[in-house]
Amino acid sequence: MTDQEPTLLVDDLRTWFFTKAGTVKAVDGVSFAVDAGKVLGLVGESGSGKTVTGFSILGLVDPPGGIAGGRILFKGRNLVGLSEEEMRKLRGSRIAMIFQDPMMTLNPVLRIETQMIEAVKAHAQVGETEARRRAIDALGQVGIPSPEERLKAYPHQFSGGMRQRVAIAIAYLNKPDLIIADEPTTALDVTIQGQILFEAQKLCRLTGTALIWITHDLSVVASLADEVCVMYAGKIVEQGGVDDVLDRPAHPYTHGLIGSVPSRNVRGRPLSQIPGMTPSPLSLPSGCSFRERCPRADRACLEPPAMAEIGPGRRVRCVHPLVETVL
Amino acid sequence: MATIATRPDAVATAAPTRAETPFRRFVSDFCESRLAVAGLVGFVLIAIVAIAAPLLSPQNPYDLKQLDILDGRLPPGSEAAAGFTYWLGSDDQGRDMLSGIFYGLRISLGVGVASAVIALLLGAAMGLISAYFGGKIDTLIMRVVDIQLSFPAILVALILLAVLGQGTGKIIIALVAVQWAYYARTVRGTALVERRKEYIEAARCLALSNTRIVFRHLLPNCLPPLIVVGTVQVAHAIALEATLSFLGIGLPITEPSLGLLIANGFEYLLSGKYWISFFPGVALLVTIVSINLVGDQLRDVLNPRLQK
Amino acid sequence: MSVFIIRRLMQSALVLVVMSLLVFIGIYAIGNPVEIFIAGDADQAERERVIAALGLDRSMWEQYWLFLRNAVLGDLGKSFIFNQPALWLIVDRMPATLELAITAMLIAILLGIPLGMYAGYRPDSFAGRSIMAGSILGFSLPTFWVGLMMIMIFAVWLGWLPSTGRGELGSVFGIRTSLFAWDGLAHVLMPAVNLALFKLSLVIRLARAGMRENLPMDYVKFARAKGLPTRRVIFVHVFKNILIPIVTVLGLETGSVIAFAVVTETIFAWPGMGKLIIDSINNLDRPVIVAYLLITVSMFVIINLVVDILYSILDPRVRLADMKG
Repeated sequence: MTDQEPTLLVDDLRTWFFTKAGTVKAVDGVSFAVDAGKVLGLVGESGSGKTVTGFSILGLVDPPGGIAGGRILFKGRNLVGLSEEEMRKLRGSRIAMIFQDPMMTLNPVLRIETQMIEAVKAHAQVGETEARRRAIDALGQVGIPSPEERLKAYPHQFSGGMRQRVAIAIAYLNKPDLIIADEPTTALDVTIQGQILFEAQKLCRLTGTALIWITHDLSVVASLADEVCVMYAGKIVEQGGVDDVLDRPAHPYTHGLIGSVPSRNVRGRPLSQIPGMTPSPLSLPSGCSFRERCPRADRACLEPPAMAEIGPGRRVRCVHPLVETVL
Repeated sequence: MATIATRPDAVATAAPTRAETPFRRFVSDFCESRLAVAGLVGFVLIAIVAIAAPLLSPQNPYDLKQLDILDGRLPPGSEAAAGFTYWLGSDDQGRDMLSGIFYGLRISLGVGVASAVIALLLGAAMGLISAYFGGKIDTLIMRVVDIQLSFPAILVALILLAVLGQGTGKIIIALVAVQWAYYARTVRGTALVERRKEYIEAARCLALSNTRIVFRHLLPNCLPPLIVVGTVQVAHAIALEATLSFLGIGLPITEPSLGLLIANGFEYLLSGKYWISFFPGVALLVTIVSINLVGDQLRDVLNPRLQK
Repeated sequence: MSVFIIRRLMQSALVLVVMSLLVFIGIYAIGNPVEIFIAGDADQAERERVIAALGLDRSMWEQYWLFLRNAVLGDLGKSFIFNQPALWLIVDRMPATLELAITAMLIAILLGIPLGMYAGYRPDSFAGRSIMAGSILGFSLPTFWVGLMMIMIFAVWLGWLPSTGRGELGSVFGIRTSLFAWDGLAHVLMPAVNLALFKLSLVIRLARAGMRENLPMDYVKFARAKGLPTRRVIFVHVFKNILIPIVTVLGLETGSVIAFAVVTETIFAWPGMGKLIIDSINNLDRPVIVAYLLITVSMFVIINLVVDILYSILDPRVRLADMKG
């Protein structure tokens, strides 16, 4: 629609871990883009590399890992190779992150107030009162009642859902352009999950923030995202508009994922599963990483498949896709 | 040493190339620290010296017939009238320091290890009983442990010795009294965790007797932290005994441990005859450091929170 | 919060009572109280006076009551050696011991925490490794031997510092202490450092372990993701979390420092309680031993209480958990 530059453009990102046992290619050639105000769902099992992708964007991959190649263009600016101080200025102010378990991500011995005010003051020269006002504002925006009193509390005095709302509030405090949410609802009840998803979507539309939602749960992606990228063993195997991908999956893995969601199965019949297990990243099969579990694999799959366009904005990494074109 | 680890989605696990039993893995983890291996080697050497003291010493320092008081207070390297060299000098009675140290090591190690072992048995038993039977017994035993642990070891030892008097047996009693509480608490903690595990329930279902369950099933799984505590405690026991002997309320003069040797040399320090205190101190130091190095590495290797 | 304090106070009082009971049993039931409180060479009149005063011819309960009453009133018998009230002797020597102990603790904390934090932050650097090696040494070296070596090096060979005794006392705000006089400082330096060595190593190791455990934690990553400068992440976020186990251990160890002063005082001839008790044990001066017992027990109970309260201030989770009961 708009020809405006995407908020985030990741181009052939490779993040590798150099361990004693070998080089783990956690992220191996990942490319995608997110526009302002849009939500991108990054889907995959644990071990697929989705969390590492998130950390790579923020420059928070610690040794023995590091970005081995590729570009991360944030509003046109390449983040790879920026100095630590430059990254620090971006983190929490222009790019924010929401983690999975708020109990562990909020410091248990500091008050919410301290942890929110410091996030404001790290990026703006404002006084205590102004910082507190912004914090109260943010808490109100995520639907936390009586925010002034809540500020004085400690993390363990909140319920899980409330804590995650606080984490979201912290993410939005400085009105970032991009938020990366790493499985923020996995640890919560389904009902709370629904509320959080709603809040997130609302805020996004309101503020024009781009959102990357990392998850293993397809149903979350279905209700929230505009676009989806499916990751497997460090690579993106399929991407496109969410309705398109979920209605007509092209990659056998995506198809398997959708099929294994319990609500999609017929009562009385055995649950459909993807056979086999995720391969260890140190011993990936040659060629297509999925071929040992794929019902459609043959000799052609011994060559690593390239990403192919099968429609506008729709790509798949497979030589035997379930859908040849989507026109 | 470990660097700050990340949270990669993929855990790097290589396929094992040969059968890796837990024991083998433990040994290879332990040997990752060269210091710890050095400590182990050091300790083994010291133990050998201690056991074989009569064979290794140039002189039996407690055989009065072998002493010549005219040879007293000679600096290291001097020649003795009897023909051998005082490698580390001699003390005021003409005793060869090296021999004195060897014999002293024997006593220090002996008392230290003996008290640690007895304390371990006693403490572990109490801890197991406490964990297994729970309820009032548990509360009672743990109260006693808590109160005792809130008092410094040296104070407890001091008071006990003041009441009991001197003597090797009484020192050992005091050392045991000081240490058992650590073992009891450690074992109880582990045993409580293990008790809830299923294999204990299975054993109960088989109607095995309580004693059997406690000793054959529960105990082996409580061993790792016990080993760590035990190692450190042996070092503490040796140090405590030396301190008490130094202060004059420890082992009697008939059983001269390293502490007593050091005390002997105290008065000669100000006149520059350092070797009478210095070398026994070094021997004590090396012993304790070796044990602590080993204990340190054991703790790191057996600590689940630092597992990579 | 005050509920917490009251509850702890009651527990402490209980422990005090129990300990006094144990001491009582130890002396009266097991030992021969006559031997303890009467010097061997006292004449018959003296014996009868003491027996009457202690009520040794009455029932156990009455004796215990008398014992407690005497203890609270401050009468625990007279020292055989000094022929002065035992309690007074100990109290007179207490400031010297406390001064030594507090100086040692301060050294351990003010040096140990920064060193340990650095060793945990950069564990593979030369400095980091040296600090750890040093701490193992400090932990393993027998305190008394180090003291001897210190005297040898600094007093005998180099002649920089005096080897024995307490120096002149300076006075600030009415508090008389060695720390405020140069001569006093020179005298207190070696004993305090000697006493501090063990605790210093302990604090270093605790701080380092705390860093190693806390740095990989999620809240640190989250703090960095918020764009906080590293200095704040470490000195505010991590620091407070590290402090909790350190305070706990240190608090318990304070008592140990006071007790261990016994050794340092003996070596450096520091005129404190510790030297007194060693001499008393060697001289079988039992009233002093009993008095020392009671006083130190009370001291430790108070110290433990203070530590508990401090701990609850630092860790809000403990406060609330206790309030919920």
